[in-house]
Amino acid sequence: MSVKIRIPTPLRKLTKEQAEVEAGGGTIREVVDDLERQFPGFKERMCDDNGELRRFVNVYVGEEDIRFLEGLDTKIPSGELVSIIPAVAGG
Amino acid sequence: MAKIEQLKCRECARTYDVGPLHVCEFCFGPLEAVYDYDAIARSISRETIAAGPHTIWRYAALLPVDESTPRVDLGAGFTPLVPAPRLGAELGIDDLWLKNDTVNPTYSFKDRVVSVALTKAREFGLEVGACASTGNLANAVAAHAAKAGMGACVFIPADLEQGKIVATAVYGSALVAVKGNYDDVNRLCAEIADNYPWAFANVNMRAFYSEGSKTLAFEIVEQLGWSYPDHVVVPIASGAQLVKVRKGLDELHRVGLMSSPSHTSVHGAQAVGCSPVAEAFVRGVEHVRPQKPNTIAKSLAIGNPADGYYALKAVRETGGLIDMVDDDEIVDAILLLARTEGIFTETAGGVTVGVLAKLAKAGTFKPGERVVALITGMGLKTVEAVAERAKPTATIRPVLDEFEHQIDIGAIPRGKS
Repeated sequence: MSVKIRIPTPLRKLTKEQAEVEAGGGTIREVVDDLERQFPGFKERMCDDNGELRRFVNVYVGEEDIRFLEGLDTKIPSGELVSIIPAVAGG
Repeated sequence: MAKIEQLKCRECARTYDVGPLHVCEFCFGPLEAVYDYDAIARSISRETIAAGPHTIWRYAALLPVDESTPRVDLGAGFTPLVPAPRLGAELGIDDLWLKNDTVNPTYSFKDRVVSVALTKAREFGLEVGACASTGNLANAVAAHAAKAGMGACVFIPADLEQGKIVATAVYGSALVAVKGNYDDVNRLCAEIADNYPWAFANVNMRAFYSEGSKTLAFEIVEQLGWSYPDHVVVPIASGAQLVKVRKGLDELHRVGLMSSPSHTSVHGAQAVGCSPVAEAFVRGVEHVRPQKPNTIAKSLAIGNPADGYYALKAVRETGGLIDMVDDDEIVDAILLLARTEGIFTETAGGVTVGVLAKLAKAGTFKPGERVVALITGMGLKTVEAVAERAKPTATIRPVLDEFEHQIDIGAIPRGKS
């Protein structure tokens, strides 16, 4: 299955400045693995040495943060957009 | 003199040239301003500070802005630090002080951080101020942008309190109400910030903006006659304020303004309805699990706090605690503070005072220890929260008889419970 992924500025050097890319996979984990194949170095930016999502990387399937779903094992419904967004400070 | 040498990732220590950057390009970690403390130490003294303005800018040497940049300044900071003996007596705290940040230009501590952020924006040549906000930041960005003649585009959750909406829109900025919670607004702004050359206070200005909160620590220590308090209680939303209060305490020693390192325990306060950091503290873990906020303390309703991990660390390293209070306790605390000390705070201040009461009850503060609580925002911004419990005692016709009939003169409250 092909999934559309929105890429934030800090990762666009890897994706040749593309703001949106496509990857294959049914879960976030599979998508990240495919992004690594297409854009070597991608996975290291998303995941720490233990393969877990980095602390300040937020991934959304549609409008939902995958930390509220199944984490990296979250399944991606057909046609749903995946967004990668850095955590933001605030108030 | 270029005061900050570079920006450094708090996570992976990669460094970047100073600029309007959002996060570390490698690991998305937050970027921190790196100062030449030795140079600052040579130029700063208690006397140079005392000769400065009665605003945050008396500590300009420790803020990440070049001396030559025209400041965007409404007069934020150097707010009163007042003794609170009546509240202290109710809570059993011997030596309690309140940092009253309700009297800032837009009535919250956010004026401190925005004055720094928009001054830095000018330095970068950015002409539009922006932010994602739970209200207080929105007020501050809109007002400071107006004063500076900059444009402003401010994003808030659509269900915000009326007072915070009006007190933003009045300054003439573009105000975008987003159907969603703060985390949704923030996410949208992270994407918008990628597309426009704007100074987003809490996105690409974050490394500079958050430094403004250090002035809370500087002022407290100066106002206590250059002595550290034993405890400080700080509300936690994103966690940035708490982290920077701790950083400020440490810097005073680093640049030689204080002869000994800080011994202050930094405590955190959250609402039960949005308690991701408090929950991690209680569970004894490092990882902050995001939550979907549901609390009247909307100014603290950040379910995915970007500095939560570092706030936890700061609290643990200084021997502090993090506790939480529910909505009823928040309202009780707002009313308690108002009737004992004459300060009307918004819900965030209710969270702080409520947690202060809990910490006192648990025996956190030893006899004679000095405790400071941060009252970060003003009550008129969130009147909805207390409206049901703050009503006229009686409504009468203008007739003396009716007054004497309906009001029990002997029972007129004198601030006692």
